Amino acid sequence: MSGELLSSSSSAAGWLSDRDPRLRILAALGFALVVVNLHHPPILLLALGGAAALAMAAGIEPRQLARRLLLLEGFMLVLLLFLPFSVPGETLFQLGPFMASQEGMNHALLTLLRANAVVISLLALLGTLEPVVLGHALSRLGVPDKLVHLFLFTVRYIDVVHREYQRLRQAMRARAFVPRSDLHTWRTLGWLTGMLLVRSLERSRRILAAMKCRGFDGRLYLLGRYHWQAMDSYFGVIAASLLLGLLLLEHQS
Amino acid sequence: MRRLEYERIPQAAVLSSALFVSSLISVPVGPSSVHLILNGLMGMVLGWAAVPAIFVELLLQAVFFGFGGLLVLGVNTLNIALPALVCAALFGRRLRQKQIPRPFLLGAAAGGLGVLLTGVLVALSLALSGPAFLPAAKVIPFTYLPLVIGEAVVTGAAVSFVWRVAPELLFVPEEQHG
Repeated sequence: MSGELLSSSSSAAGWLSDRDPRLRILAALGFALVVVNLHHPPILLLALGGAAALAMAAGIEPRQLARRLLLLEGFMLVLLLFLPFSVPGETLFQLGPFMASQEGMNHALLTLLRANAVVISLLALLGTLEPVVLGHALSRLGVPDKLVHLFLFTVRYIDVVHREYQRLRQAMRARAFVPRSDLHTWRTLGWLTGMLLVRSLERSRRILAAMKCRGFDGRLYLLGRYHWQAMDSYFGVIAASLLLGLLLLEHQS
Repeated sequence: MRRLEYERIPQAAVLSSALFVSSLISVPVGPSSVHLILNGLMGMVLGWAAVPAIFVELLLQAVFFGFGGLLVLGVNTLNIALPALVCAALFGRRLRQKQIPRPFLLGAAAGGLGVLLTGVLVALSLALSGPAFLPAAKVIPFTYLPLVIGEAVVTGAAVSFVWRVAPELLFVPEEQHG
């Protein structure tokens, strides 16, 4: 794992990365809301394709995308294995005493498509933003100030703490620590967690003191101004009409 | 949210990022390995501030790692933050006494309970979202069992370590709240 934990997945410039972060947040939210209301596999496939296209446009490498999706599929698997058997309906096939129903299969398929479409669009639209930019955009959209502050500070510190963590891990490796499934490992990892807490708290005190010396009164002043360009409006309209199109298709079929 | 004062934001942020990093540690349990949630520990150290801290943590994970979706963010926050608050209420005060007979057991109880409650809540929210999810919902608490064990031991060790090395860490929230 590299030092930069939350670095955005790509830095490629393109029509997508030029868009206003606020537009991207709203688009991601809108997409998610529309997708959960789609109930036909072909239309969902269309949405999934759209999300994948967005990911390509955002410059995310397919391999990276696949690796991230794999984590999601692991969780989905538990759900999907059970759904065909739990939804009543026409029998598709039998497995011992359990019957898999057509309706259940459909339900499982829909859930899988939906989850993937939402996650891909999220990674494409927001995952490529710098975390700090995301924080600023959230505050411009009216998210409570304190939450934004917490977000910005957390983002700032994650890298710092992660570097500390890597230092500690290296020290453990130097002493030939190999994680195993035993009490010794768990206790050691507990101490590691404790040490991280203690050190980072100490550090936060120093930081707060230093910031107070420089006139910090508990607020960060967000200076970045985003310019909502005509292009942003166009893209907003296009995105909205695409989403509406999906809903219309859903309604008609 | 309202209880979180601006003064405490940097501190809460540092702690939540420390816990964020800790949750990346993969802990071997039996043949597989798990990632810690540490919501019990979070609740005890952060108190009410654990709720926005957990929300931020989940938002970051959703956006940058692709865990979970945007729409389940609220549900997930509740599932993880509620046990954190329960742990804070149950064990927080005990932890702030001058003498703790067995810090390890206290931490282990909080860690285990936090994860167990989360597992139950996840199952519950699944069951509530439709009868079709019921069988899966019944299985999920059991998939949490290895995590409960790992989490209990790790949290226990962490608490007893912090208690020995820097007991003031556990006192801080009380002072600020008062």
